Amino acid sequence: MSSQAEGHSLHISQQFNVELEEVKGHMMEMGGVVEKQLADALESVVTSNSNLGLKVSRDDDEIDSLEMQIDEECSLIIARRQPAASDLRLVLAIIKTIRDLERIGDESSKIAKMAVKLSEEGEIPSLFVEFKNIGAKVQRMVSMSLNAFARFDAEAALEITKADLEVDMEYRSAMSSMITYMTEDPRSITRVLNILWALRALERIGDHAKNIAEHVVYLVQGKDVRHEKLE
Amino acid sequence: MSKLKPGSDVVAAKPDSNFLREQFDGHTPSLGKELPRCLEVENLSLSYTRGKKALNSINLYIAKQRVTAFIGPSGCGKSSLLRCFNRMNDLIDDCVIEGAIRLEGEDIYQKSVEVAELRRRVGMVFQKPNPFPKTVYENVAYGLRIQGLRSKRKLDEIVEESLVAAALWDEVKDRLHDNALSLSGGQQQRLVIARTIAVQPEVLLLDEPASSLDPVSTLKIEELISELKESYTIVIVTHNMQQAARVSDYTAFLNMGNMVEFDTTDRLFTNPSEKQTEDYITGRYG
Repeated sequence: MSSQAEGHSLHISQQFNVELEEVKGHMMEMGGVVEKQLADALESVVTSNSNLGLKVSRDDDEIDSLEMQIDEECSLIIARRQPAASDLRLVLAIIKTIRDLERIGDESSKIAKMAVKLSEEGEIPSLFVEFKNIGAKVQRMVSMSLNAFARFDAEAALEITKADLEVDMEYRSAMSSMITYMTEDPRSITRVLNILWALRALERIGDHAKNIAEHVVYLVQGKDVRHEKLE
Repeated sequence: MSKLKPGSDVVAAKPDSNFLREQFDGHTPSLGKELPRCLEVENLSLSYTRGKKALNSINLYIAKQRVTAFIGPSGCGKSSLLRCFNRMNDLIDDCVIEGAIRLEGEDIYQKSVEVAELRRRVGMVFQKPNPFPKTVYENVAYGLRIQGLRSKRKLDEIVEESLVAAALWDEVKDRLHDNALSLSGGQQQRLVIARTIAVQPEVLLLDEPASSLDPVSTLKIEELISELKESYTIVIVTHNMQQAARVSDYTAFLNMGNMVEFDTTDRLFTNPSEKQTEDYITGRYG
């Protein structure tokens, strides 16, 4: 796999090497920012830290501007270099991946907003166990998908699509236990709903991580595995 | 006198051998289910000097009424291969050709083949426009006159048809009796194409047809190629890989006399199976 990663620095045009390396580097940088946002958002919920929650929503702008900058860089590469084969797939995979990263940023700031509400309306620590569990899984999925991209590792990418199935299952079971909680104590509905929204955002983040993994498979193997059932 | 309808009766003669399967010598053009073949190349080797092969056991086919592009670095043999299709290499002493090329099932290197007739059926356009120093009209009518066509009305008709087909008619209809050399480079190249199609060939060989032209003329030629493939089988050699990607249905990548990969153009330019191809089309050191 690494031979393909190194391959992007073997062009006859040195400038093309530089441009591809740069845009890939910027995407990884954006990935780092998004990972930090997600970690802070989870932290803000679990510790009911409204200040941290507010900071996460504010910092979302940074992710948006990184997305626009990388998009622009990709357009310029296409216009100037007319990339083909693996270069073309790299540029396309980057364009798609930054979109998913941006959405992960959005979902993270939704989670952070729920943290602010939870600190205002009161929390329910007993429901945090599942949230923490799923949160940790999703966090791992995001960082695995970025690693798979950095290493052009399609095998690792396939693992992520499997992890997403687990997250979906746990999300469903967490939801049913929250419904039970609300039926038993209707006064808690507002607070439980806050956690439910945050969980829903986590589940969406898992989907985006899976999308990134699919872009990696496309990048490495040239196969479009979206909407395919895993055997 | 030669047939004027491109190859109709020849196809009827050998219907079964003219179809290609999805598998072809290990290279798998994934889109081509069953396309009629126009040209088949089998184990073709060519050497200009003894012991040095310019082409090495080439196997491929050219699908009928499709555009096939040959790409590869300078000296890879793509022009040599193209020139085999109408026996242009016959003109070179010491050129030895082994293997077979079949046009509509018939080996074109058989003794019985009349080379002049073969070159009518397989027309060629070169890198630099080469109109005759005659009028626009006479350039297009030239081949027809050689064939013995005398009727002024018939000549007028075919000249107009050919110029229309070459997307040049509107630009030259008022200057038919001007010297062809007064046309622009792009117009001259389209005039040469009109001259070639006036004699109703089956195959058009284009050797770098746009490399001496400006971008607008280049686009006009590319546009013309996609119109012409409705009626002709086209083989194009080009250094411009984007051009190959734009105009062709199939692409063969040649390197040092070997055919490295032959596939549908869409696949070859997005996900080639050979590393050599990948390195070439992405501009890397091989």
